[in-house]
Amino acid sequence: MKSITSKKQPKNIIPAFGINLGITIAMLSALILIPLASILAYSLRLTPGDFFRTLSSEPVRFAFGTSILCSFIAAFINAVFGTIIAWVLVRYSFPGKRILDGLIELPFALPTAVAGITLSKMYSTTGFIGKIFDRYGIRISYTHIGLTIALIFIGIPFVVRAIEPVLEKYDPSYEEAACMLGAGKTETFFKVTLKELFPAILTGFGLAFARGIGEYGSVIFISGNSQKEHTQVISYMIMQKLNYLDYGQATAIALAMLIISFLLLLFINIVQIRQAKRKGA
Amino acid sequence: MNEKHTKPEKAVQIILILISVLFITVMLIFPLFSVIINALKKGFSFYLSALSTEYVLSALKVTLLATGITLLVNTFFGVIASFTLTKYHFRGKQILTTLIDIPFSISPVIAGLSYIMLFGSLGIAKPLLDRIGAFLGTDIQIVFALPGVVLATIFVTFPFVSREIIPVLNQQGSEEEEAAALMGAGFFTIFRKVTFPHMKWSMIYGMILCASRALGEFGAVSALSKTRGQTFTLPLEIDALYLSGTADSIVASFAVSSILVLISILILILRNLFEYRAKKG
Repeated sequence: MKSITSKKQPKNIIPAFGINLGITIAMLSALILIPLASILAYSLRLTPGDFFRTLSSEPVRFAFGTSILCSFIAAFINAVFGTIIAWVLVRYSFPGKRILDGLIELPFALPTAVAGITLSKMYSTTGFIGKIFDRYGIRISYTHIGLTIALIFIGIPFVVRAIEPVLEKYDPSYEEAACMLGAGKTETFFKVTLKELFPAILTGFGLAFARGIGEYGSVIFISGNSQKEHTQVISYMIMQKLNYLDYGQATAIALAMLIISFLLLLFINIVQIRQAKRKGA
Repeated sequence: MNEKHTKPEKAVQIILILISVLFITVMLIFPLFSVIINALKKGFSFYLSALSTEYVLSALKVTLLATGITLLVNTFFGVIASFTLTKYHFRGKQILTTLIDIPFSISPVIAGLSYIMLFGSLGIAKPLLDRIGAFLGTDIQIVFALPGVVLATIFVTFPFVSREIIPVLNQQGSEEEEAAALMGAGFFTIFRKVTFPHMKWSMIYGMILCASRALGEFGAVSALSKTRGQTFTLPLEIDALYLSGTADSIVASFAVSSILVLISILILILRNLFEYRAKKG
């Protein structure tokens, strides 16, 4: 509803605006904002020296490195396979397609701890997949490979679900036009379709990446949490500091993590706004 | 597209479908079966006895309690918030929407930490809590007690219901409600007769997603719950059994996991049934 005469917001005709807005803000503040603000409040007690000393300590630095690197690789692999899967699920029809489509959501529905112990067992040297790789001297559980596999598991639905709706709405006439202008199928895909899908792929990548950095339940079992082998992830680090009642360091790490998630959120929002603008044009 | 498929095109199609099926089978279906196989490794009677220990029954009770309260709180919030955000005009709508979505982009461990920083022994609300406790003549425990478990579960699933309803109500617009209001209808009449029929299915869909995540939440609850047999939820019990490390306890942890797997398959089926109706509004 845009009023032409004045820039002021139009008056609300529907009753009970005040009380509804009040309940929304009150619940949001009490349950989410005030608890989060208390992390910020506590971190104000830390001096910048404390803050940087915590973040630059070797285990914390490695944990950040491990979390960010493994999440990035996992999100990248998911972006590739997620695009293929979304393409197959939207464009082709074949028996069992609906079941595959439903199964994509499994990582959302399966509790992370369950995923964690199962993956860790499957890929351990006695598990049925780990056994095969063990024969060639490759260990998966309790290494960075296992950690990345767990992150691929929890990240895949983000990518597929980000791309599917865009692909469904995508007008194939561009592809047909490109085809008529003499472009080959492969060329059309990479130059026309992929370009159109890119913002959605980037959004899915960003979501999977953000989820991976904060992930706890599904990774702590398979990662082995070894300080020596640098397989500790950053949320494990916070949990460890909490268990030692070292609230100062836990808050410092949490603050750094919050900053990273907000930057990622900002990135995703910018990508989505650009995408919306392009659709509008 | 109903153009003729050339031969190499058909081959590409088959290869892409095979890649998708292989990826989903290895990454998603194998872990699912692996839980069931591991759970039944020691026979069916062991399976049943593993499920009926005191710890598991207590964990089941805590899980159901936390999920029930979470559903009530988040559905109430979701309905009010989505009504407020879609039916009224006010400044700062976009900011409010973003703030509600915060729990999506935050590590569950940080959710747990934030309640420790608020209500824990060093927390900023601890003096207030003590004063209320003294006034009521009881000692109010939130952190490392049941209220903490419930609050952590509410935190991580906070946006689930509102997020499903908002797009549907946005699509519907607010003309119907405004017309009803101009004819003199009160808020409850408008809500019951006009808005609710539109949001019904998306609300149920959001509740399914919320329940699914609440049942399986691990990281946030893990930071706030330390007493096995009292405040442990099923995922925490699975963690405790798995980490005890004896062959029996590992099989028992998979047995407990299998219940959550069955629930998540059920939820997956429900999701797929409701998704279509929910998106249609």
